[in-house]
Amino acid sequence: MPQVFHRSMNTISRVSIVGLVMLIGGFFYFCWAVNMSPYYTRAKLQLIQPVPFSHKHHTMDDGIDCRYCHTSVENSSFAGLPPTETCMTCHSQIWTNSVMLEPVRASYATGQSLEWARVNALPDFVYFNHSIHVHKGIGCTTCHGQLGEMPITWKQNTLYMRWCINCHKHPEQFVRKREDVFKPVYNPPKDQIAMGRRLIKEYKIRSLITCDTCHR
Amino acid sequence: MSDLKSQATSPDLVNINPEPDSARQRFWRSVEEREGTAAFLEAVAPEFPQGEVPKTALNRRDLLKLMGASAGLAGITACTKLPAQKIVPYVRQPEEFVPGIPLFFATAMPFNGVGRGLLVESHLGRPTKAEGNPGHPGSLGATDVFGQASVLTLYSPDRAQIPTHLGKVATWEEFIEDLGDHLVDERSSGGKGLRILTGTITSPTLADQIQGLLTDFPQAHWHQYEPCGRDAAREGARLAFGQYVTAVYRLDKADVVVSLDSDFMFGEPGSIRYARDFADCRRLTYPGATSNRLYAAESTPTITGSLADHRLQVRSSAVEALARALAAAVGVAGSGSAEPPAGVSADWLAGVVNDLKAHRGTGLVVTGDHQPPAVHALVHAINQALGNAGQTVVYTAPVEANAIDEMKSLKDLVAAMDAGQVRTLILMGVNPVYSAPADVPFLAAMQKVDFRVHLGLFVDETAAQCHWQVPEAHYLEAWGDVRAYDGTASVIQPLIAPIYNGKSALEMVAVLRGQTYASGHDLVRDYWQRQASGGHLNAGANFEDFWETSLNNGTIEGTTFPVKQVSASVGAIPAAPRPLASDAVELVLRPSTSLWDGSFAHNAWLLELPQPFTKLTWDNALLVSPGTAARLGFKREDMVKVQVDGREITAPVFILPGQTPNSITLHLGYGRTVAGGAGTGVGVNAYLIRTSATPWILTGVQFSKTGTTHHLVTTQNNHLIEQNGQLHEEESDAAFDRRVVRVGTLDDYRRNPAFAQDPPEVNTEAPSLYPNYYDYTKQQYSWGMSIDLNTCIGCNACIIACYAENNIAVVGKDEVDNGRDMQWIRVDTYFRGDLENPEAYNEVLLCQQCENAPCEYVCPVGATVHSPEGLNLMVYNRCVGTRYCSNNCPYKVRRFNFKLYSDFQTPSLFPLRNPDVTVRSRGVMEKCSYCLQRIMEAKIVAERESRSVRDGEVQTACQQTCPTRAIIFGNMNDPSSAVKKLKQQPRDYGLLRDLNTRPHTTYLARLKNPNPEIKG
Amino acid sequence: MAENDDNLTSTAVVETEEVLAPGHTYRSVSDRISDMVLTWPVGYKWAAGLALAVAMLIVLHLALAVVFTIGVGVWGINIPVGWGFAITNFVWWIGIGHAGTLISAFLLLMRQKWRTSINRFAEAMTIFAVACAGLFPLAHMGRPWLFYWLLPYPDTMGVWPQFRSPLVWDVFAVSTYLTVSLVFWYTGLIPDLATLRDRAKKRATKIIYGIVSLGWRGSAEHWKRYEMCSLLLAGLSTPLVVSVHTVVSFDFTIAILPGWHSTIFPPYFVAGAIYSGFAMVLTLAIPLRRYYHLEDFVTMKHLDFMGKVMLATGLVVAYSYVMEAFMAFYSGSPYDRYMMMNRMTGPYAKVFWTLIFCNLVGPQALWFSKIRRHPWVLFAVSLVVQTGMWLERLVIIITSLHRDFLPSNWGMFYPTRWDYMTFIGTLGLFFTLFYLFIRFLPMIAIHELRDLVHKTEHEKAAAH
Repeated sequence: MPQVFHRSMNTISRVSIVGLVMLIGGFFYFCWAVNMSPYYTRAKLQLIQPVPFSHKHHTMDDGIDCRYCHTSVENSSFAGLPPTETCMTCHSQIWTNSVMLEPVRASYATGQSLEWARVNALPDFVYFNHSIHVHKGIGCTTCHGQLGEMPITWKQNTLYMRWCINCHKHPEQFVRKREDVFKPVYNPPKDQIAMGRRLIKEYKIRSLITCDTCHR
Repeated sequence: MSDLKSQATSPDLVNINPEPDSARQRFWRSVEEREGTAAFLEAVAPEFPQGEVPKTALNRRDLLKLMGASAGLAGITACTKLPAQKIVPYVRQPEEFVPGIPLFFATAMPFNGVGRGLLVESHLGRPTKAEGNPGHPGSLGATDVFGQASVLTLYSPDRAQIPTHLGKVATWEEFIEDLGDHLVDERSSGGKGLRILTGTITSPTLADQIQGLLTDFPQAHWHQYEPCGRDAAREGARLAFGQYVTAVYRLDKADVVVSLDSDFMFGEPGSIRYARDFADCRRLTYPGATSNRLYAAESTPTITGSLADHRLQVRSSAVEALARALAAAVGVAGSGSAEPPAGVSADWLAGVVNDLKAHRGTGLVVTGDHQPPAVHALVHAINQALGNAGQTVVYTAPVEANAIDEMKSLKDLVAAMDAGQVRTLILMGVNPVYSAPADVPFLAAMQKVDFRVHLGLFVDETAAQCHWQVPEAHYLEAWGDVRAYDGTASVIQPLIAPIYNGKSALEMVAVLRGQTYASGHDLVRDYWQRQASGGHLNAGANFEDFWETSLNNGTIEGTTFPVKQVSASVGAIPAAPRPLASDAVELVLRPSTSLWDGSFAHNAWLLELPQPFTKLTWDNALLVSPGTAARLGFKREDMVKVQVDGREITAPVFILPGQTPNSITLHLGYGRTVAGGAGTGVGVNAYLIRTSATPWILTGVQFSKTGTTHHLVTTQNNHLIEQNGQLHEEESDAAFDRRVVRVGTLDDYRRNPAFAQDPPEVNTEAPSLYPNYYDYTKQQYSWGMSIDLNTCIGCNACIIACYAENNIAVVGKDEVDNGRDMQWIRVDTYFRGDLENPEAYNEVLLCQQCENAPCEYVCPVGATVHSPEGLNLMVYNRCVGTRYCSNNCPYKVRRFNFKLYSDFQTPSLFPLRNPDVTVRSRGVMEKCSYCLQRIMEAKIVAERESRSVRDGEVQTACQQTCPTRAIIFGNMNDPSSAVKKLKQQPRDYGLLRDLNTRPHTTYLARLKNPNPEIKG
Repeated sequence: MAENDDNLTSTAVVETEEVLAPGHTYRSVSDRISDMVLTWPVGYKWAAGLALAVAMLIVLHLALAVVFTIGVGVWGINIPVGWGFAITNFVWWIGIGHAGTLISAFLLLMRQKWRTSINRFAEAMTIFAVACAGLFPLAHMGRPWLFYWLLPYPDTMGVWPQFRSPLVWDVFAVSTYLTVSLVFWYTGLIPDLATLRDRAKKRATKIIYGIVSLGWRGSAEHWKRYEMCSLLLAGLSTPLVVSVHTVVSFDFTIAILPGWHSTIFPPYFVAGAIYSGFAMVLTLAIPLRRYYHLEDFVTMKHLDFMGKVMLATGLVVAYSYVMEAFMAFYSGSPYDRYMMMNRMTGPYAKVFWTLIFCNLVGPQALWFSKIRRHPWVLFAVSLVVQTGMWLERLVIIITSLHRDFLPSNWGMFYPTRWDYMTFIGTLGLFFTLFYLFIRFLPMIAIHELRDLVHKTEHEKAAAH
């Protein structure tokens, strides 16, 4: 009775066993990689904006405070986005005919709002409140990155729930002094953990990880 | 409309429900089986035009299906990333606007012409929620179902969106032009042919404007007609006092209240305030406390009657005899016989009379707006004889700007139109084609008018018959003013620019007067400035400040009417009518508890609202007592032909325990034929048999079975069972066996304050192998709720408030039939005793927030978990929809999105949604969250101010709107909090504590305060 | 069964005479069974049966499509009755699976020779049944596309399944069950697949069976490993017979509802599972032996034994029913009492009494060996029992939910056409798979039968 298979089949079959395992493993790795990739999270992506606004320039060179534009950050869930008016307070005086700022002047003239591409967005079922984080000593840069070094603004973190929870579980690693909250560039001190522990007591920070903290 | 048409409306109403299902098909089949005759087809044929309206609803339904499909498919590839979004700032940001922080504006809602003070929440210029205005005498912070539901009316997709001329789209300018042409020759004739029809008007400015108009056109006439108006009360006052006055009750001063077929806690101008005052007199915080006593003699169960300590069943037509007997007994001269009517026991009357006499000046007798003037006159006389007048009831000038006999006014108008004297007819905010009594041929007469203008929120039956339909501005869109039940005037300030460029009645009248571009704001402000300068107000030097304060407070200071000294006599009242034969059946028409006179027929929240006692949704029905039904051979859902002097309608039967034998009640406001996708054809139109002579209580009515049936849908089942000769309800009996409702008399309570408590072994916590996660008593907050069954009147306001606050979806009749209604809070009704004359008990049920919650440990994904503050959290975005939690919930307070119920299709509804609450999609469980969003907001504010949340700082939506303050919410770990104090009361008990669920919502047992003189 | 000691064989003599008709040789056995697979064209009866099954399978696809696009709302479920046919079917199918595992694993360890000729298709039945069952936990979810949230994996949310929930235990129990059964079944198939490879005429057939037989050469080494492996797997899957349905019963016992919250459920469910399982084996075996003339291999002895097993498990179930009712009244809990009364006299009383007849009264016929040895009567009984067991699950789910603690919650459950279609559809799935199985795989373990032949002769010799 002739052999059904060529003898090479022995090797192939052995290899296929290993190969199958690797194939399955590879699939899961691929899923994970996509999930973490900027393509998916939009983190570290520089978006096309109507006006190439530079936080670096405005906060560092001009030394404008965050709250000058994001007015409601201390008393509302929403930090606030500056109306065209705010831009024009200065830009009616300086750079009055720069091409870059044409959309701003147009908006101010026509009353048509500027349409910015949203950098940091959360799903609708997540209720994040800026005011309380700021009050408890979580700085802008903790989530939004070193804005003072961003010529064009990008999303610094994945904003995945896992990432939120991490801070909510270990606030001492991130909390800073209230006076430092609005520093556009901030690097934690050597004794961050020690200071963090101290501030947690001082600011009465509770590690809130129950669902109602964000989901309603 | 012919009877056949009205018959045909019933299939229609089933036809339009937002969800299709087998139930509907069942119904259709049965109709065709029984009515598949030429007659039937002929009958439905004329309905097809209206049939179109449902069509649109059907299409939307299909869209919803597609939506569900796409959602499903999207789901298959669930890992989709957030879409790229734009973010758009203002160009010039308004001063007070802070994105993320809502603003509240004081305004007032005209209801039946009378003002209800409101405080309306606005998110970036979108009114989303109406609350009561604590500073308003008619509200004290509470609202009723209509106030709560009015925001949905604002955003209703059915609203008239553009002026139409002969059904064709036109512009406001074209209208002004066309109107101008007609006014020219009117002007020449002094307005001989000009007639205006409005509802009851209490607005000083509007009245002033119309008066101005009447001076411009001396020959013109202003008619008023409110379908469920207060003619009887007005005429009654005129009979008793010889002049129009408005009676204002001071229930806070009344220890004994006798209601002669009155539902004074619902629908009357002062109802909300009355309910509060009444409830305040029966909050028994300690055994020594005293309670008021309510005697209710009524023909149909009302929310007022549900709190009665003695409820007497009496036919509405017999109430006059009862009133006369009462009057005679308290010594009113010339009131006629002292004989109580049949069915009223002598000791009942004696008991009431003695109780009243014992409480001179602190008693009060009231009667309903649907009782004839004579009864009102008698009641005035009784109150005077008992020295209650001036104490528990005071009289003021009529709150109506121009009090008249409206029925007569309407008839005059119809006569004039019929005689061809009317050339220009302006209808403002009224729908007489639908709501005029059957013997007043409004439609026919109206056809003879050559220029007909209708100003209305919706394209309704009347608009369809007018040359011009002009979209009216909702009260949240336009300036105006209105008087409350006691005369207090409020400025109606808009929260949003007219969405469809609607015009208010004020602006319409201005146009008639040639002030084409006068703004409502200026008109109102000018009027009050004139009042101030005229010295009618003590506005002080600076009117601007006064105006600002008035807007801010929601009331105009110094406008409350002074008390009038009047003396009542019963000389003028007509002779007593012959009593109705004891076996004759009367038909009582009452305003609907949901749609009122039909003007709310577009409001899906109200359509789906389970009506008190019947729990009926999406229908009205003939309410028949079990005995009478048996005698007439009627069963639930039988279609019965109702014939009154030559007119007839066909309506389904609903057997209601507690309904007075031989008295059948039918609610007005249903059976609309042009009421958009939701309201068209829902229920039966009772106006078709209403007569101007007896608009409320019809005698000589013939009832006959048609052989057809119509499916009625309720949210609470009741299986009637025969038990030792008495009719019982299986559910209710079980409820009392299981001590779900706990009732005692005041004496029981004084003897044993803890009569409602569970035995100690029930209250002790059962041991558990699981570690107790948090020690709830040690936390900063432990949220809890206490519901006082002794003051809850079951008015449903909490349900609608919850709709508005928590973005709750409407599911439609068929889905309610499938047991899929989405209301987070419900009012259960249980009957005790023989169902012919039972005691009815309401119990508000919402998530009990169990500390040891059965729903939590069964959820496979941890979508429902417990917070350290004792909240049972439901995380919609984590829920995968196994429904295990609901199965394991002993209270069954969880609601599941079996299909895609939330409307993601209708753009006009998007701005209505509360931005602080997730809009739930298909396949997700949801439930009461104690208004978590409000708790979190308050906590964040408190944290920012480095303090803890103050008692009363967080109010749940249901608590805030509750007219009787029966719901109290707060922090149980704060010993000084109101809720803690209530929970320490001996009357406090929890539902199903024997299951060791440790509910955070508990109840205060109901107490009855019976008069020992009266047996049974 | 390499080594078998004498006192065992002496008893075996008596059995073997009946569990395999005399006169069979290695060849005859191999021919008879492998021919069923290798002869073409297929018989029209088989084709017709398959066509019918596929038609029902299409119904399933339609039903599931509607459920997934519109939502579980197309079913009759509601508040309070949150679970309906779906969970009923799930529990029923899982139960049916049990017989297969019991026969293949438990009886193997018990060295019951009569298992030999029925274990193969019993195992197949198990796998197909579990596949059908597996559909329902998925289909009944409100958001089935998120099913993977029930699996413990490191996700971007930093949360895990809620391990206190029986539904999570189900995921583990059922998936383990499926895996082990599948592996066990396949291991058993390998030698036979090799036989088919060797006997096949066409090259394509040779190649296909060649690949799936994983290069089996039947060397002593192979057999040694094979025996070891199947013993281990048997040991591994035996506890599953008990564990799986115990966990499934937890879905109910862990809840607090009257009629669910009961400690008797685990044994009661396991017994019920084996009960319905053997019923299904009979439902399949009796027609099979008839149409494929397998009377020699599936003998009266088999039917008799299976009848006895059904009778025994049926009595356990009966006892549980009685105990359940007794406890309801003895406990003194008003809720339990009402639940029991409601089951017996309430709106679903008819269903309840039908199930009592099907599960308690009907099977008493099995006391009589005449009936146990009369194939078609036995077939009828098996159908009755399966109906009964399905109704039992329905009654447990519906009657407990529709009237629970607060009377204002009470409601009713009316199945819609989609409920029925989903159920009929899974029958279609099951039979489609089964028809394919009997055509393309040896439905009786050839090598085990040979082993049996060998032993029989060996023992004959020993006897003389």
